[in-house]
Amino acid sequence: MAVTVSIPTILRTHTGGEKAVEAKGSTVAEVIEDLESRHSGLKDRLLKDGKLHRFVNIYVDDEDVRFAGGLEAPVKETSTLTILPAVAGGMR
Amino acid sequence: MLVIRRDLLDEIVAHARRDHPDEACGVVAGPEGSDRPERFIPMLNAARSPTFYEFDSGDLFQLYKQMNANDEVPVVIYHSHTATEAYPSRTDISYASEPEAHYVLVSTRDSAETNHTGHEFRSFRIVDGVVTEEEVQVVETYMFAHTGADDVPDLG
Repeated sequence: MAVTVSIPTILRTHTGGEKAVEAKGSTVAEVIEDLESRHSGLKDRLLKDGKLHRFVNIYVDDEDVRFAGGLEAPVKETSTLTILPAVAGGMR
Repeated sequence: MLVIRRDLLDEIVAHARRDHPDEACGVVAGPEGSDRPERFIPMLNAARSPTFYEFDSGDLFQLYKQMNANDEVPVVIYHSHTATEAYPSRTDISYASEPEAHYVLVSTRDSAETNHTGHEFRSFRIVDGVVTEEEVQVVETYMFAHTGADDVPDLG
C-alpha cells in the first residue's frame, strides 16, 4: 500500500531530485511522518508548530487539504498527494 | 538573463494595466529545461488587492497539472506593483519558491520608471532569499535569439 507524493522543485533536494516518491499512511499527517523517515528535513519544510505552513499547499488528489480536514484529511492507497508552494507576494 | 518575446512582454504589461489598481499575476510557461517563455497564462489574483497577490489554490493545482502534462515549467512568474517600484518586496522574497524561474515585476504606478522595454518591467532571480536582478532582452522571435525554437534557425 503506497501513496504517490508529488514533490515540487524546491523540495527535491530532500528526495535526491525525485519528482515523485512513495509513502504510506491513511491521513496527510501520517504520510508526512512516513516521508520524513526516509527524506529527512521534509517535515520542517511543510509544517510549522504542527500546522501546515502558510506558504505550502497540499492536495489529496485534486482537493486542497485546507478545505478537507487539514492534516487529518484521509488518504487512500490509490490517492496522489501533491505538494505545491503557494504563489503569492505583494508590495508590502 | 531573461530573453522574452515582445508579444509576451506586451501581454504581461496589458494584464497589469487591466487589473490596476489591484495587483495582477500570472505565469509564462515554457518547455522544461529550455528557459524559454512561450505560453502566457494570466492568473486570477485571489486576494484582489492593491498590495498583495495570491494564486487561488485550486487554480494553482490545475496550472501545475497542465504544465506537468505538457512537460512545461513556469519559466516566468510575474506580478505587478501598483504604487511602488518593480522590485521584489520582503513578502515576494519570503514566498519565492521557484529557484529556476524568472521573477518578473511590472510597476503600474503613476511615476513608473520606463526602461529599454518601454515599461517599468524588470526581472529577478530569487534563490534562498537572495535577490539578483538580471538583464531583460526583448526579441521579436526566438528564431535568432539563441534560445532554440520559434521555429528553428539560429545557425552559428
